[in-house]
Amino acid sequence: MTDKVFIALQNNSEAQAIIEAILEDNSSAIANESPGMVKIDCPGRLIVRRETVAEKMGREFDLQEIHINLISIGGNIDETDDEFVLSWNS
Amino acid sequence: MTIDLKTTSVDPVRKTFDHIAEKIGPDKNATRYQESVWGLQPILNQHYRPTWDPTKTLYDMSRTVVHMDDFDDLIDPRQYYYGTWTIRRGKQQDSQENNFNFVESRGLMENVEEVWRDKIRQIVLPLRHVAWAANTNNSYIAAYGFGAPVTSAAAFQMMDHLGIAQYITRIGLILADNDPEILIDTKALWVKHAMWQPLRALMEEAMVTKDWFELHVLQNFLIDGMLYPLFFDRFDRVVTKHTGAAYSMMNEFTVEWFGEASRWVDGVIKRAVQESETNKVHVQRWVTTWTPRVQDALKPLADAAFEEGSGEAVDEIADLLMVRGNKIGLDI
Repeated sequence: MTDKVFIALQNNSEAQAIIEAILEDNSSAIANESPGMVKIDCPGRLIVRRETVAEKMGREFDLQEIHINLISIGGNIDETDDEFVLSWNS
Repeated sequence: MTIDLKTTSVDPVRKTFDHIAEKIGPDKNATRYQESVWGLQPILNQHYRPTWDPTKTLYDMSRTVVHMDDFDDLIDPRQYYYGTWTIRRGKQQDSQENNFNFVESRGLMENVEEVWRDKIRQIVLPLRHVAWAANTNNSYIAAYGFGAPVTSAAAFQMMDHLGIAQYITRIGLILADNDPEILIDTKALWVKHAMWQPLRALMEEAMVTKDWFELHVLQNFLIDGMLYPLFFDRFDRVVTKHTGAAYSMMNEFTVEWFGEASRWVDGVIKRAVQESETNKVHVQRWVTTWTPRVQDALKPLADAAFEEGSGEAVDEIADLLMVRGNKIGLDI
């Protein structure tokens, strides 16, 4: 249980592209839809790739924009311009 | 007493319109873009044939030899619909306006040497007529094309070209201290000067090209694909080297737009070529017949724009365009 990381995003049309990108880049990620929110659980490590999100959105995407729709996260963050990675430091 | 707070979620009966769900599957969330362009093209119940072309129905997919099982597949990777497109262009207009004001209020173009002011007059200003022709050509694609994804994007492309024509006009007016006489002189260049005639002939031929997909390849891929890198990248760099950044600032939108519009142009051609071998053969035939024509039309202008290696500049740009063509699935 403890090795699971998660990211919760608002369920709106802008976050939809981010959610799709996360599910595409993390094959073992599972999305749980609650009212107004999508919580994505993933064992071990979860990655958000700027490029994939930009492609889904059809425009340039700055990873910092993720915070507009971000509700909560579980895990330690490792962040670069191109990747936003969640994992537990062991 | 304890109160338990429970959340109850109500699943919507359907996530999107039925015709969208048919395309993407019932459980997926549709994007605004998909909902705004798919299924918009009228297909059925066209009772009367147009008097101006009784061989075809009012909206007819046979106005191009390119065939798609579903023309709704020719989507725009930028996902532009009216809202997103206007918001984006509105922002760019603000920043472009600031650039013009900056250049104008500080009189940055006044200090530019006469040789270079004259070059801009001769080489860049007549491009407003080219942009207008591109506007007309995209208006044709929007009118006679089939499938809302491609026709709506062509309408945006049409307005973008009109915007570019206006920005080029602004550059002219700034050079001439707002004397509109310069635009009359520019038109005389476009209509009479020998170096502009091959390009003018080409643009006029494009205007009477009947197959809208051929026109898309010719206008948006070949002509724009060579003209913009030549004048708004190479020539821009030469001018900037001699006169400072003021001129380049006024082209900010045009440069940014070209990169973005190319994604749409490539996306549409790529998808059509993927559809069938026949489509690919048609597109390749158009590319191979029109490319030398576009090159020949640009060469006299390149000669006037660059002192040395002008012919090579055009060939290099054509080579780069063919690399772009290969990336989208053409063998050229």
